[in-house]
Order: sequence, then C-alpha cells, then structure tokens
Amino acid sequence: MNCFQLENVSHRYDKTTVLRGIDLRLNPGEILGLFGHNGAGKTTSIKLILGLMKPSEGKVTVLGGEAGDPHVSQHIGYLPENVMFYPQLTGREILSHFARLKGAPLSQVPKLLEQVGLGDAMNARTKTYSKGMRQRLGLAQALLGKPRLLMLDEPTVGLDPVATADLYRLLRDLRDEGTGIVLCSHVLPGVEPYIDRAAILTGGSLKAAGDLPSLRRQANMPVTLTVKPAGNILGLEKVIDQAKQSTGLMMKNVHGTLQVDVRTSDKMALIETLLQSGEVADLGIHQPSLEDIYVHFIGSGGLAHRGGSQ
Amino acid sequence: MNSIWTIARKELSDSFRNRWLVAISLVFATLALGIAWFGAAASGQVGYGSTPATIASLASLGIFLIPLIALLLAYDAIVGEEEGGTLLLLMTYPLSKSQLLLGKFLGHGLTLALATLIGFGVAGIAIAVLVDGVAVGALAIAMGRFIGSTILLGWGFIALAYLVSVRVSEKPIAAGMALAIWFFFVLIFDLVLLGALVASEGKLNPELLPWLLMLNPTDIYRLLNIVAFGDSTQLSGVLSLGSDLPIGTGGLWLGLGLWCAIPLTGALLLFRNRKI
Ligand SMILES: Nc1ncnc2c1ncn2[C@@H]1O[C@H](COP(=O)(O)OP(=O)(O)O)[C@@H](O)[C@H]1O
Ligand SMILES: [Mg+2]
Repeated sequence: MNCFQLENVSHRYDKTTVLRGIDLRLNPGEILGLFGHNGAGKTTSIKLILGLMKPSEGKVTVLGGEAGDPHVSQHIGYLPENVMFYPQLTGREILSHFARLKGAPLSQVPKLLEQVGLGDAMNARTKTYSKGMRQRLGLAQALLGKPRLLMLDEPTVGLDPVATADLYRLLRDLRDEGTGIVLCSHVLPGVEPYIDRAAILTGGSLKAAGDLPSLRRQANMPVTLTVKPAGNILGLEKVIDQAKQSTGLMMKNVHGTLQVDVRTSDKMALIETLLQSGEVADLGIHQPSLEDIYVHFIGSGGLAHRGGSQ
Repeated sequence: MNSIWTIARKELSDSFRNRWLVAISLVFATLALGIAWFGAAASGQVGYGSTPATIASLASLGIFLIPLIALLLAYDAIVGEEEGGTLLLLMTYPLSKSQLLLGKFLGHGLTLALATLIGFGVAGIAIAVLVDGVAVGALAIAMGRFIGSTILLGWGFIALAYLVSVRVSEKPIAAGMALAIWFFFVLIFDLVLLGALVASEGKLNPELLPWLLMLNPTDIYRLLNIVAFGDSTQLSGVLSLGSDLPIGTGGLWLGLGLWCAIPLTGALLLFRNRKI
C-alpha cells in the first residue's frame, strides 16, 4: 500500500492556482525529499495529504484511505512549518496532551523527549524554549504513536548542523523500520545522502521526481572530469581538443589541472581516449549533486522566486 | 468521547494553573456573604435579611458578573488556538472540529460550574450555620436554584463567546466583540425594551411584550430567581412584564437551556464551515 498518492492534483486558493497537475507517490520505507523555493507549494501539498483541505482537482489517497479520515490521521505524524505550542505548559505536559489525543501510550512521552534531546528540559515551560528546542518538541510530537507516514515541513529550520545530522540519522532509522517519510525543505545542503527520492517543485508544478540517478538522467546535465596531465599540459589539451571534434565538451584550465564538462552520453568515450593517450596522471569524475540538479530545474527564475514570500 | 474529554481536561487544568478557578470561587463567596450580611443595609439594618431578598440581590449582581466571567473565560477558545499556532496541528489529529469545540465547552463549562458551586455553596453553608433561625430547607432550595440557574446562564454566555471565537481571526477583535455582547445583554437590552414600552404608549400587543424578556438570558435568569418565590410584586422595571408571562418556572428553565443549546449549535455549525 502507498503511504500516499497524489493523482493529477491541482489546488487553488480563491483564484490563484498554487498546485498544477501533481502526480506523486510515497512508498513505505522510503524518504522523499520535497524541494522547492518559498511559495512553490510544498506546504500546500502536505496540507492536502493531511486532509486539512480538499484539492480543487485530482485525487489524494493516504494509507489506502481518504485524507483527513480519523482512522488515517491516527497513523500520520506531522511536524508543521514553524511549530508552536502552549507557552505556559511544559514540554512533557504538551507531549502528554497530544499523546492522549492520538491514543498513544503515555509511556512513550519521556522516551521520545529523551530521543529528541529534550530530556533535561522536559519539565520547563515551553515559553523558555529556543526555536531549536520547539522544533525538537515538534518532532517528538510527530513521532507519537509510531506513525506509518511521517511528514516534516522545514524540519531543519532552527537546528544547528549537528542537530540536523542527528535528525537525518533518526529519519533513516525510522525509514529502515518501514515508515514512509516526506521531508519538505528549501535547504538542500547535507540532505542528499539521506533521501531515497527527491521531488522538485517550482511555481506549483512538479519539475522532476525520482532517485538521484534518474534525476540526473532527467536533467541531462554534463559530468565534470578533472584531469591532471602526466607531462606537458599542452599535450593533454591537444588530446582533448581532438576529442572535441566528435563530442560536445567544455574545457578550462584551473591551476594546471583541466576541468572538462562532458555530456553523460559521451563520458565513457572521452575517458577511454584520455587513458589511451598516455597524457593523464590522474582523473576525477564529478556527477552533478542534488543541489546542481535543483538549480538546473529551478533555473534562473529560481532567484526571483526565492526572493518571494517567506 | 475520549478526545472531547482530553480537550476538556486541558482547559480544566489550565484554569487550575492560572488560578482562575480559585479566583472566581473566592469572588463569588465574598460577594455572596457581603450581600447576605449587608444587602439590607440600605433599609437601615445590618445582618441577614430574608432568603428571597438575598437571592434577588445576588441575581441582580450575577447578571453583571456571570456573563463577564463566562465571556472572558471562553472568548479565545478557538481564535486563541489559531493565533497560538496550535489549531492547525490539532486538526491533523484524529479530532473533529465538533469534538474540539465540545471539549472546550465541557472544560470551560465545568470550570464555571465548579467555581459557582464552590463559591456560592460555601456562602450558602456559612449562612445556614451562622444565621439563627434561618429556614435551612428553604435556603437550600433557593440556593440550589440560584446556583443551577447561574451555571446555565454562564454556559449560555460561554456558547455566545464561541460564536465570536470561531468566526474572527484575531484575539483583540474577539475580546471586543465579547464585551459588546456583554454590553448588549446586560446594559442595552432592558433600556431599549423600556424605551419601546414608554414610546409605544400601550399600543404594542400586551400579550407579546412579556415574551420579549425571553430574548435576553439575563432577564430569564433574574425572573427565575424572583418569580420562583411566588411573589411577583418584587419584580421591578422591565422585569414586571414577566408577571404576565404565561409560563411557569419550568418554561424559564427551558428558556435558559435554549440559550445554551442554540448558540452552541450555531458555533458548531460556523466552526465546521470555517477554513483552517
Ligand atoms: N491560505 C492561503 N491563502 C491564499 N494563498 C495561500 C495560502 N497559503 C499559501 N498560499 C500561497 O500559495 C503558494 C504556495 O504556498 P506554500 O504551499 O506555503 O509554499 P511553500 O511551502 O513551498 O513555501 C504561495 O504563493 C502562497 O502565498
Ligand atoms: Mg512551506
């Protein structure tokens, strides 16, 4: 059973269309990164999956049922963007309240608080919490009752790099236990090793979705080779210039090392030529990273978008 | 049912935590005792007057205080959760909007009922113990009726506060509208009714007029606590219209009950149609 499935989903607030024909699905035991600039429609997508509102068009299925059905929400954990809590209550009181609402055993409460690193602060009122601590409490809240679908909206905002890495590791453990996880973010650095698939959303449309190799194919971006000459750099340049006749590539000299951008489809042929020439001392291959791919899909419009609503 | 109770118990424990419950109980007890002993001071005597007079004075004071406390307790029920950012999160839990609002009602309602029961209950017991020769049976019945109707009146205004709280999106606006509700029912309504009476010079249908009192829960409440002693000569001002009401105390109780049920139902419907 899918954790969720969006089929041709569009959504309008009043007259503005903020999601257009989205097809997206999440399997159990999978971490999906949902990336896009501010205002791309990430939070709206999540709210549709939570059943907080109905899509203007299309179909949303969640855990084999209907979004918003109490039997379905029982199994969903959600960390809202910018999570807030009752300031007069302690972390422990708040988590107990939400545990009761979810029908989760109260014995989970102290364990979860320990797990997110709030063990020492659990009896302090949350008005004394920092942004990062509120975020951790929000995470503990999302983990109540061992959800089968976990949705985290901008979970790393307010977390330092160490806490962020901790969070990602925790998510990987949950994934290995079969939880389906959606990680919504406009911050990409560091996330790549932890996600199974990524979806890139811009202006309400899904630009690409899939695992990294598939995204690389979809992006069809050049691979960068760094080539260190064995002897004279001119000899090496000549070899590459010759290869240029048959393959499209770009070459530049960076401190005595050549950087060559080559189409994925021409990569193997070029490497073979280089190795046979005897002019190469060392060779490095750099695949485009998730961030490169993201920038590729968001395009130059991304900057304008990113300047938009926060 | 479980989730309704979870919401209610949080409201209850909040009112213990922020000392609301204790404060209201104390205010009620102090006022009740003060009125019982000094209420007759105007007519030149100090000490306990009579049970009907004491209850009538308490009810006259109650119409100012009870609606105000109820509105203050409840006006931010939903708009407060929304501004605090917790409404959205709550709505992702297996909890319907109706369950959330009913849970709030149960919590706020119990808070007010407890404070009323403790505050006026203590006062009633003190009167029974300290006043020589008071008819304890009659006092118990009158106090019971007073406490019961006070609780119902409070619940009605809690429900009225929810009508505001589910509609507006900012707390200060909700507070302002709650005060306007208080102003209308407690101060304006009777004046307007009186004005209409005078201006109409008896041209208004005399059978219809007394029913207008049923449009104000605070008037029903006062009628109930005076008429029940069987002496409608005690009714003054617009309330004297009430002596012509062709319904007994049962009808007045029903009226107060409807003043809880109808606004609460309205708030539930409005809330259900509200976008999160
Ligand atoms: N309640 C709302 N009413 C009207 N427009 C909204 C509302 N919520 C979001 N939007 C608009 O919808 C678009 C998508 O918002 P959102 O889903 O929050 O984006 P993201 O989470 O990717 O930053 C934005 O242009 C935003 O201004
Ligand atoms: Mg967002």
